[in-house]
Amino acid sequence: MANIITDETIEYVGILAKLELSDEEREQAKKDMGRMLDYIDKLNELDTSGVEPMSHVFPVKNVFREDEVTNGDGSALTLKNAPEQKDGMFLVPKTFD
Amino acid sequence: MSKEYETVIGLEVHVELATKTKIFCGCSTAFGASPNSHTCPVCTGMPGSLPVLNKKVLEYAVAVGLALNCQITRECKFDRKNYFYPDNPQNYQISQLYLPICRDGWVEIDTPQGAKKVGIHEIHMEEDAGKLIHDEWEDATLVDYNRSGVPLIEIVSEPDMRNADEVIAYLEKLRLVIQYLGASDCKLQEGSMRADVNLSVREKGAKEFGTRTEMKNLNSFRAIARAVEGEKNRQIDLLESGEKVIQETRRWDENKETSYAMRSKEDAQDYRYFPDPDLTPVSISDEFLEEIRRRQPEFRTEKMKRYREEFDLPDYDIEIITSSKHMADIFEATVALGAQPKKVSNWLMVETLRLLKEQEEDPEDIRFSPENLAKLIRLSEEKAINSTVAKEVFEVMFRENVDPEQYVEEKGLKMVSDEGALRKTVEEVIAANPQSVQDYRNGKEKALGFLVGQTMKAMKGKADPASVNRLLKELL
Repeated sequence: MANIITDETIEYVGILAKLELSDEEREQAKKDMGRMLDYIDKLNELDTSGVEPMSHVFPVKNVFREDEVTNGDGSALTLKNAPEQKDGMFLVPKTFD
Repeated sequence: MSKEYETVIGLEVHVELATKTKIFCGCSTAFGASPNSHTCPVCTGMPGSLPVLNKKVLEYAVAVGLALNCQITRECKFDRKNYFYPDNPQNYQISQLYLPICRDGWVEIDTPQGAKKVGIHEIHMEEDAGKLIHDEWEDATLVDYNRSGVPLIEIVSEPDMRNADEVIAYLEKLRLVIQYLGASDCKLQEGSMRADVNLSVREKGAKEFGTRTEMKNLNSFRAIARAVEGEKNRQIDLLESGEKVIQETRRWDENKETSYAMRSKEDAQDYRYFPDPDLTPVSISDEFLEEIRRRQPEFRTEKMKRYREEFDLPDYDIEIITSSKHMADIFEATVALGAQPKKVSNWLMVETLRLLKEQEEDPEDIRFSPENLAKLIRLSEEKAINSTVAKEVFEVMFRENVDPEQYVEEKGLKMVSDEGALRKTVEEVIAANPQSVQDYRNGKEKALGFLVGQTMKAMKGKADPASVNRLLKELL
């Protein structure tokens, strides 16, 4: 494995992903991420100068919808995903910014 | 203060677009619906759902960009901005980082030193987040996703402003252009226009920018002006006492007239932007661009010019009326119904502005129809009601958009044109006020005014003061 993921990197990625890893999981994740980067290195061997970056997997563009209301009251369906709810809203731990 | 400082300000302005539906799904954007009723799998980020761009959003964004002298990005796309927060059920916001729809524009603002250009760095399209409400009882947070996916454009200026007045002038200019386009109502209080202020100070003449802070939660022009002044002073105080400005996001508290740090950029989010794979790229054709250009409305400068040519109005009136698209629309529609321009202008400039100020409302909040204003002007012109009654009726019309003809009829406010009835009342007033009659005959002109007042009172205001005057003089 050419790419070595440091403890600091895995710690930082853990914070970004909001994941808490056990020591064992951390070691496994370091290995997995190293291998992913190795794969990217492999791809980097290709000469892509002059190739437009791909922005979509299919050669389609300009797919639009008209500005017309097509959905009705979706609250019942949406609230099915709420672990807790109150007054038709999701109830979550106190959050402020 | 020993040194001289210069303030450098750039703005990020979010504008909620006036579409009927959200940016990527067919959910309604109507305000005030019951919580979470305007949601679906797309705007709540359910796996497997497919967002599709609302064409109207693209049209508005391009129209605003053209009006702000921007370059339109002919091949543009959407990116995901990743962050975890309960207002964002997808854990990413669909926005534009790499290829924003508009770039490199400018607007001109008026300053005491003359016209000044403020650069527009870019405009991008993105989706709004849900609304968080603090629940005191549970000491928890409630989330309503109705606003999640409502279309926004974010207009990012260059750091070209130097004081609060320039900031306000810039915002007013943006608001006017966007309102004229009908792309948004731009109400700061209701959050359909939101401004974040990036501010730094530096010694006068310095080339480098100082460290900047970003101020959020500014929901009125007054709050913005105060926050600019407050933050400038805070940063200068720090520098004067040998401390450093920390790059951070601060939240303005309008009640306490102070700001506090929300989060510093040191532990800042790493948004890990990447192209959104669900949305197709957008390619803007010459035809599309031409169509938007063709549809651009008459903006304020052109409107003012036309008013000068078409209507016999003072420049001052023209300036006030065209300062609001909604007011200009009402003016034109009322004139089109046959009312005399100066009369319409007077009602808008005097009574309307007075009442708006009283209610702390904007011209955009005017509710009465041009039809009703035209009717009121006609009633007053035909002397069916006198000017005092007209003002009373106008107040009711301003509040409830009542039909003035019907209202005058129902309330029996029509002037008594019956000469006999008027003459009888005048005779009664003369008989009841011998002292005033005596005073008048002895040459006290003021006594006549009192008698006119008494007559008007007896007629419950429904008489033409000129006729009362004439009759009194005749009978005395």
